[in-house]
Amino acid sequence: QRSSNELYLRCQEFGCEQSLLSRPDGSASFVQGDTSVMAGVYGPAEVKVSKEIYDRATLEVLVQPKVGLPSVRERSQEQCVRETCEASLLLTLHPRSSLTLILQVLHDDGSLLSCCLNAACMALMDAGLPMSCLFCGVTCAISTDGQIITDPTAAQEKESRALMTFAIDSAKHSVLMSSTKGSFSVHELQQCIAVSQKASEKIFQFYRDSVKRRYSKSL
Amino acid sequence: MKDTPLSNCERDFLLKAIEEKKRLDGRQTYDYRKIKISFGTDYGCCFVDLGQTRVMAQVSCELVAPKENRPNEGIMFFNIELSPMASPGFEQGRQSELSVKLNRQLERCLRNSKCIDTESLCVVSGEKVWQIRVDVHTLNNDGNLMDAASIAAITALCHFRRPDVSTQGQEVTVYSPEERDPIPLSIYHMPISVSFAFFQQGTYLLVDPCEREERVMDGLLVIAMNKHREICSIQSSGGIMLLKEQVMRCSKIAGVKVSEITELINEALLNDRKARKAGGKCGFAESMPQERITALKKDETPVEMTDVTETANGIIQKGEAAPQTYPELNYKLGYKACKKWDTVLWHSFKWPAGGDVVEISDSEEEEVVILNPEVPEKPK
Repeated sequence: QRSSNELYLRCQEFGCEQSLLSRPDGSASFVQGDTSVMAGVYGPAEVKVSKEIYDRATLEVLVQPKVGLPSVRERSQEQCVRETCEASLLLTLHPRSSLTLILQVLHDDGSLLSCCLNAACMALMDAGLPMSCLFCGVTCAISTDGQIITDPTAAQEKESRALMTFAIDSAKHSVLMSSTKGSFSVHELQQCIAVSQKASEKIFQFYRDSVKRRYSKSL
Repeated sequence: MKDTPLSNCERDFLLKAIEEKKRLDGRQTYDYRKIKISFGTDYGCCFVDLGQTRVMAQVSCELVAPKENRPNEGIMFFNIELSPMASPGFEQGRQSELSVKLNRQLERCLRNSKCIDTESLCVVSGEKVWQIRVDVHTLNNDGNLMDAASIAAITALCHFRRPDVSTQGQEVTVYSPEERDPIPLSIYHMPISVSFAFFQQGTYLLVDPCEREERVMDGLLVIAMNKHREICSIQSSGGIMLLKEQVMRCSKIAGVKVSEITELINEALLNDRKARKAGGKCGFAESMPQERITALKKDETPVEMTDVTETANGIIQKGEAAPQTYPELNYKLGYKACKKWDTVLWHSFKWPAGGDVVEISDSEEEEVVILNPEVPEKPK
């Protein structure tokens, strides 16, 4: 329901489970509506000499699609996630080590990149890797009549004229990464960023609630 | 990334325990771990948990031209993806020995046993047939990936529905799921593989080895069977010599296990069918355990956006505070100069007088590649 002054945008239902896999050092699965992604983190671990960096850890991100082999689309998603993680992880604390983050797409019903970012953040938290801030992903779609929709489903994404994903950090609510598709004006871009910053507060609150629940019982 | 090596004391401990008929997790020799089967939102997606080993299978279909020597049979394609998530030793893209072995075994189990009726997948003979693709992703490797993968693959195939087609002569119409209900594949029987690990040159055997037990085993015997006690494939690896009686005993045990597992699969499929008919939401989201402390779910909430427009306007105004107007430039950038684009603007360069063409060359090299070669070069 919208009136001219107030806008209420839908924030999808979230679900998350941490530490669900026994082999990876940290794992999490994040569910946004029908889209679900599972993330696993290994690290800090031994790194190949060809890939080692002398003063920081080498972060490798792999996105595995559900059907078929990884293609160029997965490579670009990997780059987006990797840049966000590199901006928030304290890589200089683990020089000459490797951090590997693997994302497995379990179901794609729109807002896939933001679901990957959220799963990645929860998995990194679960692994206990030092981070300067948490991050979350928010997707906005601009429909053909100019309405802004957050967390669009696949059907809504198809009908939209522009699709944007932003990675927002928890400390200053600034934009860590943006990935956009389609045509839109500068005004619409700034509006979407402001919308994402508002929506990210809900996601960070959800992170806090999950972690609070997890550590609510002490042994 | 390398997997942590197995220490000698761990190996000795495991072997000694097996000699005393004890297993690390307290199971008996012929016991399977707890199997949990759940389904995803769309048809053909299946998650199988065998203890801590987790795999996911997804079936998809596509209309393609058939193989030349079999013009009226559909094509089945299997792929087991050993994801680096499952184990630090698995590498993305590299075809390791284990990956080849698992893929080959799954193909023999499902394709050579002819459990799917491929002739029913033919749409237009010689031109269009259905290609059914089964992708199995390993999520967590705690041993016995083969069994988990075979259960996941056959369950996903039983769960899958392909779109309905109708042909009028050479024209083929594929109906979407909204127009006509999709049809299940015709499956004759369900072959399931059972793994037996052998220790101390075949003296001791264990069913469903976990990851530690797999590391110390001498050999592995995999028997694929269906519930009618028909053996679909047998594979023995590791170079151990097995006696005929051992193989017969293993096949009897496999028969028992396969019938139990088949019952479990049918029950899971039935529950899922009931849940879908009742119209409830099904999928990974629903199968997430709610009562666990490590899981949390939050319902849909509205997000208030009252001052979004004002914030956006404010940011745009701040950004447009000092617009710098540059005169109309007609220039060609050298290829090397492009790399230093951010410094080019602050360098002094010739402004065009009356619409001349200006070349900006910021490179240290004498020769600069200009995009439009007919204009003469101006050396720096």
